[in-house]
Amino acid sequence: MEKRVHFKGWFLPVLLIAPQLFITAVFFFYPAGTAIWWSLFNPDPFGLNTKFVGLANFEFLFSDPYYKESFYTTAIFSVLVTFFSMGLALFLAVLADRLIKGAGIYKTLLIWPYAVAPAIAGILWMFLFDTRTGLISWYLGLMGYDWNHLLNHNEAMGLVVIVSTWSRVSYNFLFFLAGLQAIPKSIIEAAAIDGARFWRRFLTIVFPLLSPITFFLVVMNIVYAFFDTFGVIHTITKGGPGQSTTILVYKVYSDGFVGLDLGSSAAQSVILLVIVGILTILQFKFVEKRVHY
Amino acid sequence: MAGLIIKDIQKSFGKTKVLHGINMEISDGEFIVIVGPSGCGKSTLLRMIAGLENVTSGEILIDNLNVNNKEPMDRNIAMVFQNYALYPHMSVFKNMAYGLKIAGIPKLEISERVQEAAKMLELGELLERKPRELSGGQRQRVAMGRAIVRKPAVFLFDEPLSNLDAKLRIQMRLEIKSLQQRLGTTSLFVTHDQVEAMTLADRMVVMNEGVAEQIGSPLDVFQKPETIFSAQFIGSPAMNLIKGVTDGQSIKLENGVLLKCVTNFSGEVLAGLRPEDLLPDKKGEIIIQIDMAEPIGASTILHGTLKNSDIKIVSMVQGLVDQKDMQKEMSFSISPEVIHLFNRESGKRIN
Repeated sequence: MEKRVHFKGWFLPVLLIAPQLFITAVFFFYPAGTAIWWSLFNPDPFGLNTKFVGLANFEFLFSDPYYKESFYTTAIFSVLVTFFSMGLALFLAVLADRLIKGAGIYKTLLIWPYAVAPAIAGILWMFLFDTRTGLISWYLGLMGYDWNHLLNHNEAMGLVVIVSTWSRVSYNFLFFLAGLQAIPKSIIEAAAIDGARFWRRFLTIVFPLLSPITFFLVVMNIVYAFFDTFGVIHTITKGGPGQSTTILVYKVYSDGFVGLDLGSSAAQSVILLVIVGILTILQFKFVEKRVHY
Repeated sequence: MAGLIIKDIQKSFGKTKVLHGINMEISDGEFIVIVGPSGCGKSTLLRMIAGLENVTSGEILIDNLNVNNKEPMDRNIAMVFQNYALYPHMSVFKNMAYGLKIAGIPKLEISERVQEAAKMLELGELLERKPRELSGGQRQRVAMGRAIVRKPAVFLFDEPLSNLDAKLRIQMRLEIKSLQQRLGTTSLFVTHDQVEAMTLADRMVVMNEGVAEQIGSPLDVFQKPETIFSAQFIGSPAMNLIKGVTDGQSIKLENGVLLKCVTNFSGEVLAGLRPEDLLPDKKGEIIIQIDMAEPIGASTILHGTLKNSDIKIVSMVQGLVDQKDMQKEMSFSISPEVIHLFNRESGKRIN
């Protein structure tokens, strides 16, 4: 028997979901609708005149080399962040899973960075890597490496990847650890009796069994790298040097609020909206099928 | 030849001692069942033999080789787990082939051995299925297949039937028995079910609180239980234990009834009377006031008390006794040679 609550009349059910509806409407439908609307116009920087331009904003974007460059930057950035934050998290989770004593402390420490807001994390690391006063850049200098993420494209990208990874590891760690602990111990023991040593067990049994979680995390991390890293980039590089760390979401901000090209900014938001939509659909389709088995 | 010798095995988890020195010698091809209530240490013992738990002290010898410090994979054993522990992402074929593949056996031989095992277990049609597409009984077979293909020296079974429904359990029990007889592989089987133990074992080990109470053939254990514990644990319904005093010629039960029973012990004892050994007899000395009858088909279990006392006693009579025409009082007799006598202090058998 399916458990269902039957309401008489419509008032109570509507009242019960009203808060959620309200939040969704105010924070999603209204801004998304506005973005779509604005993407069809070209307002002047002072908001005095707006001109309907149809899809011209989009046409312009797709022929804009800077926009393509930003796509490319975003791809590299999100792949790096996803790869490193998941790899590191999985490694730590495997270690934590083997712990018997002190597991609580270890886990708590690993989860802490998650409580640090992206912008704060950005500032924290900016101090460490500051080209003049930073502790790490000073040590790097002692070792003969001249760190300067304000000038060097790769170093700038490296730094935002490090910071974004650092603040994401906790989240991934939690999921991986839960996943590892959900694997029945007897399966691992059976594999041990079958002759598989640790590394082989990990590759042929543990990792495949984690695949639903891995897939879920890949999508979540891409979404994170696309959107939630704004604070990190804004505090550390402001998209620079040049355009080297201007990911799509940062470009929406800088074109709209710095460049005051609201039409183009809105059009970029719409494109991002479509990308998130696609990721979400992928997520639902595959996670429901539980991927590997 | 692959015997298994266990010498004074002890196990502690921290300060808690769970095994108090188990000794056992298992010859090649023997089917040994370790039976006991939950928490008696039987699974721990099996896992120690498998190499999944450390040995606190004592020795485990497989094929006369000390394996105390060997990894599970180097002990030449195979284990069937209670929850089957199949690899959920692999097909039946791959589940069975996994160990062989790791051992570096050529593909062709792997395929042959898996096919052979599959045929033996009637899994031929299912080789490409995933475990989740199988029924409980089929999963059980795959787990057995995975053990068989490796041709180990010893099979270890950790309550493999307890996740199956009653009917399937009986069927799989028979299959395991016949398979073991065909393969002739030394087997150790852990269960809490005394019927499983009785039916499967060449010899059984009755365990209680980390001690092997009795090791012997099922009939031995049933007919001559060494301790009160094995007397009560084996046999269903459980043996009646009634306080009494013996003078060597007869035994006087607590309620005053005198039973013939020759023994070379005199003093206070516990008399063990199996419910099925109590035979209805109009002239019998044992008079029971019946409170409840449980018809179980071929026989009926009668619960009652001994006349002139509040001592509970259970008897089992052939055929059906209807609750309506159940006599309020029935008399029974018992032949002297099936009365079990136990020392009240030590719990050990006397006669």
